Amino acid sequence: MALEILYILAGLVAMVAAVLSFKDRSLKTRYGTALFWAILSITFVFGKILSPTIVGILVLIMGILTATKQVKIGTFKQTSEEFKLEKSKLIGNKLFIPVLSIAVFAFGIGQFTSLGGLVGMGVGAVIGTIAGLFITKASASETLEEGNRLIQQVGPFAILPQLLAALGALFNAAGVGEVIANGISNVIPTGNIVFGVIAYCVGMAVFTMIMGNAFAAFAVITAGIGLPFVFNQGANPAIAGALALTAGYCGTLLTPMAANFNIVPAAVLEMKDKYKVIKTQAPLAITLLVIHIILMLVWAF
Amino acid sequence: MIKLLGVLIIVVGFALKLDTIAVVLTAGVVTGLVGGLSFNEILTILGDAFVKNRYMSVFFVTMPIIGLLERYGLKQRAAELIGKVKAATSGKILSIYMIIRTIAAALSLRIGGHVEFIRPLIYPMAEGADKNKFEELPEEAVEDIKGMSASVENYANFYGQNVFIAAGGVLLIVGTLGELGIEVTEKQVSNASIPIAVIAIILVIIQLRLHDKKISNMINKNK
Repeated sequence: MALEILYILAGLVAMVAAVLSFKDRSLKTRYGTALFWAILSITFVFGKILSPTIVGILVLIMGILTATKQVKIGTFKQTSEEFKLEKSKLIGNKLFIPVLSIAVFAFGIGQFTSLGGLVGMGVGAVIGTIAGLFITKASASETLEEGNRLIQQVGPFAILPQLLAALGALFNAAGVGEVIANGISNVIPTGNIVFGVIAYCVGMAVFTMIMGNAFAAFAVITAGIGLPFVFNQGANPAIAGALALTAGYCGTLLTPMAANFNIVPAAVLEMKDKYKVIKTQAPLAITLLVIHIILMLVWAF
Repeated sequence: MIKLLGVLIIVVGFALKLDTIAVVLTAGVVTGLVGGLSFNEILTILGDAFVKNRYMSVFFVTMPIIGLLERYGLKQRAAELIGKVKAATSGKILSIYMIIRTIAAALSLRIGGHVEFIRPLIYPMAEGADKNKFEELPEEAVEDIKGMSASVENYANFYGQNVFIAAGGVLLIVGTLGELGIEVTEKQVSNASIPIAVIAIILVIIQLRLHDKKISNMINKNK
């Protein structure tokens, strides 16, 4: 219930982007852009009561809008560097209070209640927003404009994590995982621990790259490769299991399919190259994957 | 093999830099069809998963306040604060964040997030430290600092979280192995996750030292 309220709030933020882009006369694609954010808002506010089929159709419409380049970033009121610097000197460290309120509530509510950290983040954001209005003496409409600026900077990528999760669900329903696990297990010789461990770790990383989600990969690859080639060969199950999942995370670092970790942050930080996060992570991810293989061989057997 | 058609569409579509969202949706529909699902079933799975995964986008609720604080100089404040520490560099700041964030993840403290922490605080501090040291930063350096700031959040989150005994990943391992008839306890799995957490911290600190060197070389070459 608390989580549903949070989704409604998130939907209202998307609706702000819809209304403000609709009013943005300098934006040539303002109808398409407004429609995109409005549909997203509807899936958030009414997601629980709409039939999944309707939501599926709405999602396809959003896809058509982005494919036909109807969703573009609008124009925003620019704030000068001087204004920001002056305000930051005037207000001082009190500016940090709202940000810290998000962290404190996310932690407190996540730790001491059964509502969970996400709800805590939402509570912290609401209290932080109210505190922020007092601290900055800004108007509510300024707050909405700024929310609109940030959400449009992220743009259509904002829905990518959810879409990829849906793609994962479709991959699962169609049995893509079994095909891959069977393919790999057909080429490794049984009883060879070194090949088994390499196949398990690399299989986790590669399948995670395809699914964008190590959790989804773990069940499939553990049943298809881990069990016959690693666990049944006498591996310590806690060690091999723990290392297999984090080997999957090496794949997460390498794939645009994990959009919430790799693509959305590039948009959030306004990077020129949308693959910059993946490129930065690649050397470390590959090194760590090799270490996973060595560690599993040495420590689990 | 035909079931892998969707995977192929993703790889080719991303490589050709086609519209990402359209590529993903096409791959999903095609996978469903070759997997024997009806179009109606595909829509239902799509809509159902989209709604179930709304939690991935709840960071929207933090956007108005973070945008507002930015208008009122939050980034400038964070940069000024770090400017007082003369020895600071982007690599050192991010190393400290890596250590704190890993420990927080290991204790299951939800401190972090690209929207909530990296954009408003950590990235401005990292960039502020280097600006303070070198005065002018070329665009390439700024892009590198952004890349590292976003990556460190992922590193710490991924490799720290399973050290916590009730982490989602730990429960998944115990549950999946249990279904395959292998008994392990949460304690064993979370203990087995400690070495990788430590190794990740060490590797990331090395990567950040190389990053600092790269930036300072970039500046020297421009002089």
